[in-house]
Amino acid sequence: MSSILSCTDGSVYARSVYDHTAWAAQRMAAAVHILHCLEPRRNPAALTDLSGAIGVDAQAKLTAELVTLDEARARVAQAHARAILADAERHLAAAGLTCVMGEAIHGELTDAITRFDATADLVVIGKRGEHADFAKLHLGGNLERVIRSCHHPVLVASRAFAPIERVLVAFDGGPSSRAAIDFAVTNPLMRGFSLHLLHVGNPNPELQSSLEAARSQLAAAGFVVAADVVPGDVEQVIVDTVKKESVNLLVMGAYGHSRIRQFIVGSTTTTMVRTCQIPVLMFR
Amino acid sequence: MSQSSYYREWSSNVGRDVVAGAVVALALIPEAIAFSIIAGVDPKVGLYASFCIAVVIAFVGGRPGMISAATGAMALLMIDLVKDHGLQYLLAATLLTGVLQIFAGLFKLGNLMRFVSRSVVTGFVNALAILIFMAQLPEFKGAGWQMYAMVAAGLIIIYGLPRFTKAVPSPLVCIVALTGFSMMMGLDLRTVGDLGELPSALPTFLLPNVPWNLETLWIILPTAIPLAIVGLLESLMTATIVDDMTDTASDKNRECSGQGIANIVAGMFGGMAGCAMIGQSVINVKSGGRGRLSAFSAGTLLLILIVVLGDWVKQIPMPALVAVMIMVSIGTFSWASFRNFRLHPKSSSIVMVSTVAVVVGTHNLALGVGVGVLLSALFFARKVSQLLEITSELTVDRTARTYRIRGQLFFVSANTFADAFDFREVIQQVRIDVSLAHFWDLTAINALDKVVIKFRREGTAVELVGLNAASKTIVDRLGTHDKPGAMDQLAAH
Repeated sequence: MSSILSCTDGSVYARSVYDHTAWAAQRMAAAVHILHCLEPRRNPAALTDLSGAIGVDAQAKLTAELVTLDEARARVAQAHARAILADAERHLAAAGLTCVMGEAIHGELTDAITRFDATADLVVIGKRGEHADFAKLHLGGNLERVIRSCHHPVLVASRAFAPIERVLVAFDGGPSSRAAIDFAVTNPLMRGFSLHLLHVGNPNPELQSSLEAARSQLAAAGFVVAADVVPGDVEQVIVDTVKKESVNLLVMGAYGHSRIRQFIVGSTTTTMVRTCQIPVLMFR
Repeated sequence: MSQSSYYREWSSNVGRDVVAGAVVALALIPEAIAFSIIAGVDPKVGLYASFCIAVVIAFVGGRPGMISAATGAMALLMIDLVKDHGLQYLLAATLLTGVLQIFAGLFKLGNLMRFVSRSVVTGFVNALAILIFMAQLPEFKGAGWQMYAMVAAGLIIIYGLPRFTKAVPSPLVCIVALTGFSMMMGLDLRTVGDLGELPSALPTFLLPNVPWNLETLWIILPTAIPLAIVGLLESLMTATIVDDMTDTASDKNRECSGQGIANIVAGMFGGMAGCAMIGQSVINVKSGGRGRLSAFSAGTLLLILIVVLGDWVKQIPMPALVAVMIMVSIGTFSWASFRNFRLHPKSSSIVMVSTVAVVVGTHNLALGVGVGVLLSALFFARKVSQLLEITSELTVDRTARTYRIRGQLFFVSANTFADAFDFREVIQQVRIDVSLAHFWDLTAINALDKVVIKFRREGTAVELVGLNAASKTIVDRLGTHDKPGAMDQLAAH
């Protein structure tokens, strides 16, 4: 049985993460592992002692004080984590999933992903987390790191879940594009969707042939598939296409060739994921 | 370590780090001056060192939130070198110390810290506190009542003020108040300005002015080695303390190399060798400092303050400095160790007290730790040697006896083992059951050989049963009784 790792932090994206998880789990007939990380203290315990004086057993007393503060905060965080997981389990159960396991662990999300990645076929994460500020228009700090550390496809959930039918595949001919095509063919997640393979850039024979190979491979697997080469700015073209064709899911590769390389993990990706208000499925 | 977590160690706590760094910088000034005095060099040597070390370690250290600068433990080791050969040789020794520490980091000697027991660490910090305190005593020699009164007033400010407000560093208030008072009243007290040159400008890059030959090496090596060892010991101990306080992990080997790099930079900019400071690191954590930025801002602010306010710093009377240093020694000392005399095992207390005694006697923290580690090892060996139990039983027909050995056999327990057999008994056969024993070393094997051979000489057949796999390998490798000519060999011993 395949397995989905669903990362939640109880933020406004959490519901959408659960919906995307439920959708993927039903299509893949997968077990769901919900993971909530109690991140190590982002802010140190709130001591406001600037007296700079150290008295008898200063170190022991300070340690005891910090332990007490951390303990109180950790208890709250634990209770919060239990509530988040209970909510997640309820939500997924309501969606009809039976094989759901919730787990809270201490540590950074990226470390946790590296640990659980091996057993997961798909990782689901929200575009933004509770620490990201909407006003700043910046992506969840974890997202980029998770994508970097993950060896499996990552489904980045958008703000709200919408039924998925039309899929745009940003194709660059690189290994991550290959991984995306293979995933589409072998994994039931995208079965039955209409796919649009899009290469942004100037056409060249080598790319044409690999694009055509991918197209026929997908067509043979029963997909309704179109393939295009469009010159222009990667970001712009993809964003426009998403809007124009009302695409519901963007598939792209991380660490591909050429410009795709920077656009996946550099600031361009961030712009991409931010401007396309649809879920993005990333491959390495 | 990944780049992103390094970045986070700088940026995750900016506001608090800067504030804590300021509190630490203010406390570092009197310390750096005081430690320069201990070492017998101008205050600027300690101040430049504190600046360089704090700033460099912020970038290359393995323990964010820990403060490193010129320290008393290191200063105490430099006294003779400075007295006999002068500042330039101290700077050269500082460079060499850095090189040695970098090698310690590369060879991962930080891992050796696990041989330093809790009691040795306690002994180390207590000895350090006592030495810092003792270093203040000469200031009282020949001083009038004014000195005593001023120190007392300083201590009252330092410990009294936080009861009213924790928003201002009380050591700073102590220094400002005492300096102002002494200037107004025109008291006849020694001031920092009397002790030597203060920095008036930024440090400049300059290699030590010494002949770069073997002769120099032999002069500085005997100082550089203990400097490197003590520097790493205090740094790693402090790192552990900060780890415990903040519930975060640190990279000890990176810290070793980092200390080395920091010392090399300090030596090149006219500073003396330093290391992590327990007291200052506690102050930093207490003030909310956690990231690399806290050490960086402490170092930078220290230099700015000293260059800008140099004329005022000169006026600081010695009692203000002494009061701050007494606070540091009180804060560093582990007062709980008095209470623990009753609670802890005697052997631990002996280790702790011996460490303190050796350090106070020799002024060398490395020697004290060496003695402490040795004693801990001996006590441990003795304790483990007691894990040995030998029982025996005679068969009903009184022709055979079975000895059952249970426990750890090694050089300490070998005699107990050999003495447990009764060789006077006339008996046909002896079974030695060692299935629950472990042979650790040559001495244990030798003892077993002797027992077996002695029984054979009495005409008793010996059967050895139940050697476990681990014991068996070492018996096979080292044992002689089961090989031809065993008797002759043993006789030759």
